[in-house]
Amino acid sequence: MLDQQYDLKSSVSTLPPAVSSLEMESMDYSDSALPLQPGASGKPKLRVHGFNFYYGPVQSLFNIDMDIPEHQVTAFIGPSGCGKSTLLRCMNRLNDLIEGARHEGNILIDNMDIFNPMIDITDLRKRVGMVFQKSNPFPKSIHENVAYGPRLQGLKNRAVLDEIVERSLRGAGLWEEVKDRLHKSALGLSGGQQQRLCIARALAVKPEVLLMDEPCSALDPIATGIIEELLFSLKKELTVVIVTHNMQQAARVSDCTAFMYLGRLIEFGRTKQLFTNPSNKQTEDYITGRFG
Amino acid sequence: MIQRHFDEELAELKTKLARMAGLAEDQIDKALTALVARDSALACRVIERDHKVNALDVEIDEACIELLALHQPAARDLRLVTTAMKLSTELERISDLAESICERAIELNEEPQLKPYIDIPRMGNLARVMVKESIDAFVKEDAKLARKVIMDDDFVDDLMEQLFRELLSFMVENPHTISRAIRLSFIAKSLERVGDHATNIAELVVYLVEGKIIRHTSSPAISER
Repeated sequence: MLDQQYDLKSSVSTLPPAVSSLEMESMDYSDSALPLQPGASGKPKLRVHGFNFYYGPVQSLFNIDMDIPEHQVTAFIGPSGCGKSTLLRCMNRLNDLIEGARHEGNILIDNMDIFNPMIDITDLRKRVGMVFQKSNPFPKSIHENVAYGPRLQGLKNRAVLDEIVERSLRGAGLWEEVKDRLHKSALGLSGGQQQRLCIARALAVKPEVLLMDEPCSALDPIATGIIEELLFSLKKELTVVIVTHNMQQAARVSDCTAFMYLGRLIEFGRTKQLFTNPSNKQTEDYITGRFG
Repeated sequence: MIQRHFDEELAELKTKLARMAGLAEDQIDKALTALVARDSALACRVIERDHKVNALDVEIDEACIELLALHQPAARDLRLVTTAMKLSTELERISDLAESICERAIELNEEPQLKPYIDIPRMGNLARVMVKESIDAFVKEDAKLARKVIMDDDFVDDLMEQLFRELLSFMVENPHTISRAIRLSFIAKSLERVGDHATNIAELVVYLVEGKIIRHTSSPAISER
């Protein structure tokens, strides 16, 4: 996979700059009937089709099929090692970096296969941003952290950058707290603020999807509450997929919930339905804490 | 399967509900006996005992609020706790109706008996069995039995209609019977309401077991599944 990826990179770099994933021909899967659709509302932003994933000889995801609806929050829940983070990381191809990792099946964003050799992985990661469990600000100023992505894309205009920084920090609910110290080190912020800074940094490149891998597990309840509130405003602009160990958090913030176990998608449905009347016994046992 | 402390608390909640249900059912039973046997002393005891049912209603409500706040139950557990809250209200109303029947019985006992009581005990017995079966359905989580209770409500309603017509004929014939006939009508209405509360309990049981809200729906939906 790793070799293949490097090959891809070289082949992508030879493409004329105008050819990015946005212009590439979409694969049309829109008519195919998927068994696991959580509800009629919202068109699918991400579609996972017959997806298997292997870490070397070990298969960690088994035949995953799911449609992740646009402008909604989808939560992945399940016990440790069930594959939820693996699936999340596949969605912006972070697992490409792991030696021996390979996959079968597709993940489509707006009906376009993210594993298509023609796709520019940088462009994909711009469209599909990610926030991790532990906040990871760069050892730079708050401003520079947020401006980093747009700068990398070649944006130099100071006024435009300032505007992006403000918009992103406002989007992450951090602006009021940091507007007077934008040029101070990001490392001086509290844990919750650092995590929101990472969200702002992800927002700066205007992603269409935001992947969050346990974004609140290192935060206190107040900081967690702020991030959860943030999700309600973020989903107006983008699609959020969140992995969480905290079932109450999944229940509070998500519109759809996927329960995974041993690499399989056991149940995927509207959160309200899943937490009041799940259709699968394993889901029931897990969310009521009887699992074991 | 992990043994949870929470399971013990849920079991305790169910025990409390079963105790309250037994008490409410007994209130109806004793109220009927007090009426038929013209036993005002027994009627007074039933009235006095209503506070025990009220106390259990409060106790169950508090337990449910605590369970919701401290355990954030989900799925079937959540349905059990929310059902328990509603169920205790239904039982409390049933006991209130028993109290009301006893008050009317005491008044009736001060006058000669209007007629032999035949339909009222029949109706009362049907309603009491509905209460008992709805509670059995809850304890056993038996949606089939719950659906039977819902269907049985029609018999109680029919008996009430029949009784109303009979009492009306008494009143038309002899105005001196009006006060007694009206009191008996009140009792019939109370028993009809007991049947309604048993129906509500049965509908809650269907929700508990199947996660489906069937109240305010027509009979085909009730028999569905």
